[in-house]
Amino acid sequence: MDTGSREIEVNLTVNGKKVTVTCPANTRLLDLLRDYLHLTGTKEGCGIGECGACTVIMDGKAVNSCLVLAGSADGSEIITIEGMEKDGKLHPIQEAFVRNNAIQCGFCTPGMVMSAKALLDANPDPTEEEIKIGISGNLCRCTGYKQIVDAIKEAAEVLRRRTA
Amino acid sequence: MQGGAVITAEAMKSCDREPVVSQMPGEAIPEGQRSDGRYCVVNKPVPRVDAYEKVTGRAKYAADIYFPNMLYGKVLRSRYSHARILSVDTSAAEAMPGVYCVLTAKDLPGEQSWSTYLFLAGDEVRYTGDAIAMVAAETPQIAEEAIRAIKVEYEPLPGVYSIEEALAEGALQVQDYAPGNIVRNTHWPVRKGNVEEGFAKSDVIIEREYRTQYIEHAYIEPEAAVVVPNPVDGSVTVYGSLQNPFMTRRAVAVALGTQIGKVHVIQQTLGGSFGGKEEVMGLMCGRAAVMAVKTGRPVKMVNTREESFLESAKRHPFRLRYKVGATRDGKIQAFEAELVDEGGAYNSQAQFMNWRACVHTTGCYEIPNVKVDVYAVHTNKVYGGAMRGYSSPQVIFGQESLMDELAEALGMDPVELRLKNAFRPGSVTATGHKLEGQSVPLVDLIKRVLDETDFFAVRERYRKEREEAAQSTGAPEGRLRKGIGLAASFRGCGLGAESPDATGAFVAVMDDGSVLIRSGLTDNGQGLSTAHAQIVAEELGVKIEDIVYQRVDTSSIPDGGMTVASRGTFTGGRAMLGAAREVKKALFEVAARMLECDPEDLTSAEGIIFVKGDPSRSITFKEVANRAFWSGREVSKLFWFIPPDLPWDRPTGQGPAFPTYAYACVVAEVQVDMETGAVDVLKVTAGHDVGMAINPALAKGQIYGGIAMGMGMAIMEEVEFSDGDILNPNFDEYIIPTSMDVPEAKPILYESDDPVGPFRAKSLGEGAMECVAAAIANAVADATGRRIRELPLNLERVLLGKSLKRGKGGASK
Repeated sequence: MDTGSREIEVNLTVNGKKVTVTCPANTRLLDLLRDYLHLTGTKEGCGIGECGACTVIMDGKAVNSCLVLAGSADGSEIITIEGMEKDGKLHPIQEAFVRNNAIQCGFCTPGMVMSAKALLDANPDPTEEEIKIGISGNLCRCTGYKQIVDAIKEAAEVLRRRTA
Repeated sequence: MQGGAVITAEAMKSCDREPVVSQMPGEAIPEGQRSDGRYCVVNKPVPRVDAYEKVTGRAKYAADIYFPNMLYGKVLRSRYSHARILSVDTSAAEAMPGVYCVLTAKDLPGEQSWSTYLFLAGDEVRYTGDAIAMVAAETPQIAEEAIRAIKVEYEPLPGVYSIEEALAEGALQVQDYAPGNIVRNTHWPVRKGNVEEGFAKSDVIIEREYRTQYIEHAYIEPEAAVVVPNPVDGSVTVYGSLQNPFMTRRAVAVALGTQIGKVHVIQQTLGGSFGGKEEVMGLMCGRAAVMAVKTGRPVKMVNTREESFLESAKRHPFRLRYKVGATRDGKIQAFEAELVDEGGAYNSQAQFMNWRACVHTTGCYEIPNVKVDVYAVHTNKVYGGAMRGYSSPQVIFGQESLMDELAEALGMDPVELRLKNAFRPGSVTATGHKLEGQSVPLVDLIKRVLDETDFFAVRERYRKEREEAAQSTGAPEGRLRKGIGLAASFRGCGLGAESPDATGAFVAVMDDGSVLIRSGLTDNGQGLSTAHAQIVAEELGVKIEDIVYQRVDTSSIPDGGMTVASRGTFTGGRAMLGAAREVKKALFEVAARMLECDPEDLTSAEGIIFVKGDPSRSITFKEVANRAFWSGREVSKLFWFIPPDLPWDRPTGQGPAFPTYAYACVVAEVQVDMETGAVDVLKVTAGHDVGMAINPALAKGQIYGGIAMGMGMAIMEEVEFSDGDILNPNFDEYIIPTSMDVPEAKPILYESDDPVGPFRAKSLGEGAMECVAAAIANAVADATGRRIRELPLNLERVLLGKSLKRGKGGASK
């Protein structure tokens, strides 16, 4: 048998909750989130790290969860789209996406929101160019990105006002 | 008098509303009626009704569905683009633990094919997407291993890999039923006037050939479906990423050999489609259904991106040949065209898209003498299908490039040439349709876009910059050249004379005052659910929050045709409006009794029904709904909208093709690096005759997205082949625009008074991308002084004038 079918135990924190998952060693973080934890907000679009639909935040950084083996996420802190809404209230980035019509089919939206969060966490006052770079790993076929960039710009302002 | 109802200033304003705003076909709109401030819900940028579920990750796409006891299905696809299958040995796969079924063509319970496409190929494979066997297993990994364990013996056969090869004398015939490789039913002629006489009158005649490429839809969600069998009655329930659930229902019934009514299809949130999730989903759901029934367990199938590239439809490549003649004054006298599209190994779409192509071949210009022939050919490549714009983006690229070239040959400004020949009210189209009783704002729209872009000044500035740079030889500025280009189009709204454009809508008022709406047409991500909710809320005079939209369920609404041809709002909206009107009539009768007035005296807004001109006499919608229900009134309606017939004479291609047309004018500005051939699209301004935008924010979203997709077509995207093999089946090599690539985009929502659509809305979804590639190509020609007649305008075509792509058999010669 190949090594992929050997079972491993992965301990990680997902959206603030400690979880332990036993899965084959070749399980990707994406599969762990979707198939084991049923956090299906994280999407698979290409499986090779090109489309960004599977973007989650791992220890503060946006990663393509299709390129991360579950085992290598052991001990990590993961935030997925399901962790963005707090007490029934949308995160300001999510609110801005709704207000700016930054959503069409919605399949890229979770990854896009996570990339935006990683960007704004690191750089609270990005230029338009920096926003475009921040989401350049997230493909969207519907929106032409304009309303997404507008939404992130607006969210940055809201978040800055909040911390000011 | 009932109390408690508070009317806002907004609702007060709507007291003045004339009921005629929600006209049905045939009803006239009074002169000068505008949308400004007239509406409470439509024409407003209300947030999408599905925004919350999507932005939180709660929306359930087909791949997000899990059932207990579920199996995973996988398909073995052909190794060759054309081969005879000598034997298939599934014994090793069947013996694997965790494998529950392994099926080949001989095991299919129903038909082997649906609408020409094969669920499983038997003796012969005709392209590399053809499936030979399928497996259902405990996990996706086991299913994949089982697929690898199946042994197939092939006898490879020569194939046909281009339009030229397909049409060559004595060419191998891809399908027995298609002599000469001509796809059945795809020849559509248009004959108007006499082209020979027109050419004889012409001072300038040019002949040109253009080509377009295979393009992938590249929706970010790969295809997915889960089929759950019901062992009690043999029925199945299908959950899928579906653009056309009724089409899928037919496919599944054919695969199972069962009655259509026993197939219950529920559309899941759809992660983009653009015309793509049609045939491939019929095949996937049919296969999954066969395995689900066979094993008695739910079967889930999810394509990898590579599988999606292999088996999903592509935009048809076109070879566009033209001869056009004009008199010295710029009047086009004759237009002759032969358009051939590559349909791939199977095809059930070219017959429809070629009809659309024949209607639009000559563009938005009045030309007295026209001769057009459109047809499609089979090759051993992946099949062509619908993709946003259908045939129009390809046809417009050729025809609008031709306009610029004709202008050059005439020594005339290309804008002047267009304005001289552009459709005006009363013009007669190539199909003999006199444009009366509908809005034809093309000339004003073009002028508006020219103004907004400062077109002539910018063109002159770029020209001067290029001249100055050329003089200072060796200077770095000579490397980068800017240019500006324009393209215009018209687009028939809805299906027109192509096929029946009827559809239904269901509106049901609940006794708590909420309103359930259902359509047979799908929200693919474009926002149809929001548009329909706005139309119903406006007509009933309730708030948008009071509308509950449920996605398409084939057992809960009649088959209202496909969600194609930008007909969701234009046609589906009319059905919604019809249903809402009937429900409103019933409710107003109840309200009139409660308010002791005549139903004719009532109006409603924001959930309050009140006497026109006397808002103090009011009652809430909710109270009326409750009373209506408890007094046994019918307050739910299934409304069936049937548009007027449009006669079509096939031998001559003459007839009123569509009930109305939407017009567009797009200006692109580019910068070309003359040393690398790289094209940078700087800015695209897109003016669209929307009639009236039901939701301006969503309408702009369509335009932004259309610009990005059109730009991909213009300079980036091409599915590459080596014979029939797809060489770039994922996003590392098939490049679509990212946030860094898209240009500055400026949408213009141009309103016009058109009596056909709901609240005057025209089609937009497809029109939003159809002109973009043509405008960019014209801008590149302006910048470089060289005309490239083949898409995409990638590095080598711009730099060397030819393609250096791998393999053979593509569009390039």
